Amino acid sequence: MSQVAKNRRSGNDWLRDALPKLVLSPSLAMVLIFVYGFIIFTFYLSFTDSRILPSYELVGWENYSKLFRIRAWDTAVSNLLLFGSLYIVICCSIGLALAILLDQKIRAEGFIRTIYLYPMALSFIVTGTAWKWFLDPGIGLQTVVRSWGWESFTFDWIKDGDMAIYTIVIAAVWQTSGFVMAMFLAGLRGIDNEVLKAAQIDGASNFSLYHRIVIPQLRPAFMSAFVVLAHMAIKSYDLVIALTGGGPGTSTELPATFMYSYTFTRNQMGIGAASATIMLMAIAAIMVPYIYSELREKK
Amino acid sequence: MSSNATATVVRTGASARFVIYTLLALFSLFYLLPLYVMVVNSLKPLSEIQSGGMMSLPEVWTLAPWKSAWSTAQIGVEATGLQPFFWNSIVMVVPAVAISTVLGALNGYVLTKWRFRGDTIIFGLLLFGCFIPFQMVLIPMARMLGLVGLAGTVPGLVFVHLVYGIGFSTLYFRNYYQQFPTELVRAAMIDGAGFFTIFRRIMLPSSGPIAVVCIIWQFTNIWNDFLFGASFSDFDSQPMTVALNNLVQSSTGVKEYNVHFAGAIMAALPTLFVYIVAGRYFVRGLMAGSVKG
Repeated sequence: MSQVAKNRRSGNDWLRDALPKLVLSPSLAMVLIFVYGFIIFTFYLSFTDSRILPSYELVGWENYSKLFRIRAWDTAVSNLLLFGSLYIVICCSIGLALAILLDQKIRAEGFIRTIYLYPMALSFIVTGTAWKWFLDPGIGLQTVVRSWGWESFTFDWIKDGDMAIYTIVIAAVWQTSGFVMAMFLAGLRGIDNEVLKAAQIDGASNFSLYHRIVIPQLRPAFMSAFVVLAHMAIKSYDLVIALTGGGPGTSTELPATFMYSYTFTRNQMGIGAASATIMLMAIAAIMVPYIYSELREKK
Repeated sequence: MSSNATATVVRTGASARFVIYTLLALFSLFYLLPLYVMVVNSLKPLSEIQSGGMMSLPEVWTLAPWKSAWSTAQIGVEATGLQPFFWNSIVMVVPAVAISTVLGALNGYVLTKWRFRGDTIIFGLLLFGCFIPFQMVLIPMARMLGLVGLAGTVPGLVFVHLVYGIGFSTLYFRNYYQQFPTELVRAAMIDGAGFFTIFRRIMLPSSGPIAVVCIIWQFTNIWNDFLFGASFSDFDSQPMTVALNNLVQSSTGVKEYNVHFAGAIMAALPTLFVYIVAGRYFVRGLMAGSVKG
């Protein structure tokens, strides 16, 4: 490749060898500074007594031990576990079911797919606004059903501290499940029909065809869906802000909203940095093995 | 039943097909419901919503909520409507998308056709940068933008989106160029063509499809961003998503739901438009961001 004229070392050849690296270097430099440098900086801040402004006074693990004693952080983490697992399980179930249904030589498949997928094009702020008012007991679903004559109908989860987190799940599933459907559909379309035909000749029922042959082959699609959804769940911020603002009270706080309010409104930058570091660890635990395996396969 | 090359060969009876179509239709309703709510309520007077008519068609059709959302609604302290913020988003998105796409194309070209020791590690570093929780960079970025005088400006936002957009655009072009025959590039090298000549004459002419995917992905992502917009803009440079959120969350006065819905549609229209016009590429972009190869 670039070693074609290796033994003639003139200035021109040097430039030719270096040019590709020179072209790559601005991007690499930006990423090294603004991703990795900044990660190190925030990591460092998590060990300092930074308040409203960064400070370089080290305080050891104090921010972390404080963080784990803050009730709102506790709420944020358990909300994330609850929200994240429901979000992943429901999105995968709906996504898989819709993909299998859509794979049955459906008329107007393209049209239906368009309907299932369009929410993915929207901002979470738009999604949040639509669901916020639709779920608002004062004007939305509850009022509408009551005006239809079912006077005692009650659906006020969004105002109920114990139930509000489930409204986040509803809106997030609405936004993403169509995309998961598309991932599974792509997986289904890659399955070899000959195997299925052979099993049909042997008299296998439709249920066992899917249970025994199709779904086990969708493993890679499940993996990708899991990684994408888990990563989106950990980063969830906009939807909570638009839908509930973290409330009622702190009942729908997630780590991302916690970090933001502790850093920028409560002026506890050290604690904010510590919470961001924990978010990064969680993401890295999911993404690093995934990226590693993807890059290795490519070789 | 004739077997078609793509769909499954599993056979279904008439009653099963009835159930399948019913389920598919019910889910269509679920996905369309919020869009219906937004559109219908953006076209009726506020009183019809307050009296419990959210699901009904307007009795009186009106464009007033749209006019108000666009040019007179109260955003924060000023009654400017969403209009100035819509333009902020446009001015932010265009350069950020253009520059990150060009850099992504060049990076992908280097990483596949001018390979060198350690290039996979560099790509891995770029790639991981796409997935970090941005909470991890908010504090130093806010400080840095302040130091160089870009805090609270649209160019500042362009810069931020550019930096954190490069990973994805590089990913797209790298995966695409990997399929491109290296022999062609090597032959051109032997003929004495240089780095940029090969890029311009050989790679670029066949980069159309991936460029579309990359542009759509970056456009949707940057247009829909809220976190960076909320962290690094001030009142004059707010992007559309932040302004919409301010409009909806404002606690003063009567809540004008119809205006909120009209504003939400305005914030959604550009990306919806892209999705409707180039849906195929949009889906491909989504998939390339997760399932690679």
